[in-house]
Amino acid sequence: MIEATGLTKHYGATKAVEDLSFTVSPGRVTGFLGPNGAGKSTTMRMILGLDRPTSGTVLIDGKNYLDLHRPLDRVGALLDAKWVHPNRSARAHLQWLARSNGIPDRRVDEVLDLVGLTRVAKRRAGGFSLGMSQRLGIAGTLLGDPDVLLFDEPVNGLDPEGILWIRQFMHRLADEGRTVFVSSHLLSEMAQTAQDLIVIGRGRLIAQTSTRQFIEDAAEDTVKVRSPQLDRLRELLAEHGRVSESATDAALVVHGVEASAIGELAARHGITLHELSPQLGSLEEAFMQLTKESVEYHAHD
Amino acid sequence: MTLLAVERIKLFTTRSPWWCMLLALFLTIGLTAVIAANWNNAPMPVLGAVYTHTFGLYVIMVMAALAVTTEYRFGTIKATFLAVPDRVSPLIAKAVVVALLAGLVGEAVGFGSWAASWLLADDNSQLALTTANDWRHVAGVGLVYAAGAVLALGVGALVRQTAGAVSIVLVFALVLESVVGLIPNIGDDIQKWMPFTVASKFIFGDPDASGMPDGAGPPVVGELSPWGSFGYFAAISLAVFIISLVVVKKRDA
Amino acid sequence: MIEAIGLTKRYGNTVAVDNLSFTVAPGRVTGFLGPNGAGKSTTMRMILGLDRPSSGKVLIDGKPYGSLDRPLRTVGALLDAKWVHPNRSAKAHLQWLAKTNGLPSRRVDEVLDLVGLTKVAKRRAGGFSLGMSQRLGIAGALLGDPKVLLFDEPVNGLDPEGILWIRQFMQGLAAEGRTVLVSSHLLSEMALTATDLVVIGRGRLISQSSTTEFVERSTENTVRVRSPHADKLGALLVDKGFTVREDTDTSLTVSGATSDQIGDIAASAGVVLHELSPQRGSLEEAFMQLTGDSVEYHAAETGK
Repeated sequence: MIEATGLTKHYGATKAVEDLSFTVSPGRVTGFLGPNGAGKSTTMRMILGLDRPTSGTVLIDGKNYLDLHRPLDRVGALLDAKWVHPNRSARAHLQWLARSNGIPDRRVDEVLDLVGLTRVAKRRAGGFSLGMSQRLGIAGTLLGDPDVLLFDEPVNGLDPEGILWIRQFMHRLADEGRTVFVSSHLLSEMAQTAQDLIVIGRGRLIAQTSTRQFIEDAAEDTVKVRSPQLDRLRELLAEHGRVSESATDAALVVHGVEASAIGELAARHGITLHELSPQLGSLEEAFMQLTKESVEYHAHD
Repeated sequence: MTLLAVERIKLFTTRSPWWCMLLALFLTIGLTAVIAANWNNAPMPVLGAVYTHTFGLYVIMVMAALAVTTEYRFGTIKATFLAVPDRVSPLIAKAVVVALLAGLVGEAVGFGSWAASWLLADDNSQLALTTANDWRHVAGVGLVYAAGAVLALGVGALVRQTAGAVSIVLVFALVLESVVGLIPNIGDDIQKWMPFTVASKFIFGDPDASGMPDGAGPPVVGELSPWGSFGYFAAISLAVFIISLVVVKKRDA
Repeated sequence: MIEAIGLTKRYGNTVAVDNLSFTVAPGRVTGFLGPNGAGKSTTMRMILGLDRPSSGKVLIDGKPYGSLDRPLRTVGALLDAKWVHPNRSAKAHLQWLAKTNGLPSRRVDEVLDLVGLTKVAKRRAGGFSLGMSQRLGIAGALLGDPKVLLFDEPVNGLDPEGILWIRQFMQGLAAEGRTVLVSSHLLSEMALTATDLVVIGRGRLISQSSTTEFVERSTENTVRVRSPHADKLGALLVDKGFTVREDTDTSLTVSGATSDQIGDIAASAGVVLHELSPQRGSLEEAFMQLTGDSVEYHAAETGK
């Protein structure tokens, strides 16, 4: 469990994080979202005792990171896969990490196997691809078999198999009762990975909720309808809600009418339906809706 | 012409070339000034004024090597080859720009050192540029710098790494050419034909040895005439550069 | 249009790309997918004339890259956002690039504005975040207003707004009739972006098709039906020979039938529908299915 209470970080006049309070629960994968410059990295660094809060506290299982005895046994963190000496072998890198926290050498081989790097364990880390570095970083977080795991952009540089693997891996860690806190910009990926979300913008909390709730609250649900009698149906539906044309195929997108109501209406008028699919809003739409105000660089169209 | 402008923009929009040029000027003119200020026993010859030019030459060659190796290091060479896929013309443009710049720095070094000597030496009666030889000693520095820059550029394009290219150039010029003279019997004969040794004959070589003070080293002309020496050095530089063009053209970028 | 014909690249004994032929059509966003080590980067580099094919060829609008006159006006590419000298300003970087192909420096300001970097144009590129570098790389690709665009992992380092922007931007470029080839590992993102796919594994072509086709071909397709008369509809569907699974009293999962067929049957029997949703597999499932044996590093399946 991670608890931030009134967490604040100022760099001179810049307020990177401002009075941020949230709780990350065990047994779930919690996504940490926000536009660039929202203060995600700073928050992660404060959780890990790398940056000192200007005010407020952040506790891991009730303790400050700096007060943890053998922190790698409690918290595993992957902030930047490139924090490895390029001329050291993958195995040597894990060995010194393990040694620093009294973790046996055997565990090094275990985690190497877990992330699929056993074959290249003796190669220098500098020659690794980003995906391999990422796996090495993940191996490092697992060394102490910790209860709390923090990942910053874990799928960065991974190939599709690696992405699927890490998603399933995080789910398994959460199922084992661990606290898994993941920061990422890839919303389509996070929608599949995170059960809970903490969303920040400009250093402040925007939302703390379940992923499903977040989408339902912010994004509009629609129903996609296809029919051989599309024109007739369009007229009928226009009386009940807003109807737009699908961008991809010959279908209607109906806003503000339940799928079952559309089905009843069609049946009443003897209209054949070829598709009647409720469309859930996407995490991306919900996110854009809520963070509009706090984006750093706007591109022009 | 546009490619020359491209290379000019590239060269002057980063800081290292400026530092190299300043260092080249400061090293050579500064050291010459120290020498000239302490030249008390005899009139200072023109040769003495350009004695330090080799220090600047090494710095300029490092600059030239960097001009291409940093492009490999930062991947801009690929952006360049995407923009101009024939690969050869941007490298030629780079060579022209770098050689011109090196030549200008060389002239500044030559005449700057000469002017410093003129101002600081106790007796500057021998420093007047009266003969064609005198002019060659001073103005020739620019030509050697230009040719040296092309050589270093070629090495840089072949090796693609800053550390490798710089060590090859410096170890060759500073160590290998002297060490080779130590080989028994044939050492001297080989050394005579080493490119930097020959290049120095172009600057220092003086058919009329009377201008040299005793003990200042033999101001001999090499196997070639002074201008022949320059031709030899320039030909080697050009050859290395052309080899690098062929290799770059063939190699995967 | 990009055409690869028998494209092959060997490094010593390793065959990075093996007799690869595909076509990338204009007017669509084509995704270029494959596991690590499949040869995607090598192929992209050969398209751009950076690497020389061992055999075969790849043509852009009928010509090899090397014989294009002022290539930036035909092809824009973003292969690696870090291909910038760190001490050079964003603007200076674009200026020399523009100059190589005789593009006016006005165009540099235009593309900087387009990607939202005008404010930081004079700052040294080395201090840029990955997202800003990415935008600078995209600006470079757009300089010559090219008809063919290649992007390698374009959303790398971008934040959600940037990701949405580049996706809409690529779709916009395709809608203008340009050829857009995008290589990426982010399948959930590619499912939203690409209408066509070229998939390779171990240097060979695995599939070239539309994204929909690719997914339908390699995953099971079912239709979810909800109806107050689910039992009646279920019986009718079973009679027609379709496989029906009853999920609850009012909902069914039907395999073997299209939603069109089910809708027709329901309408002719006067059955009210509350939902009729074709359930498609994900691009990820389809991809894993097809590339399963061409993956470089397998992670261990079992946990601790």
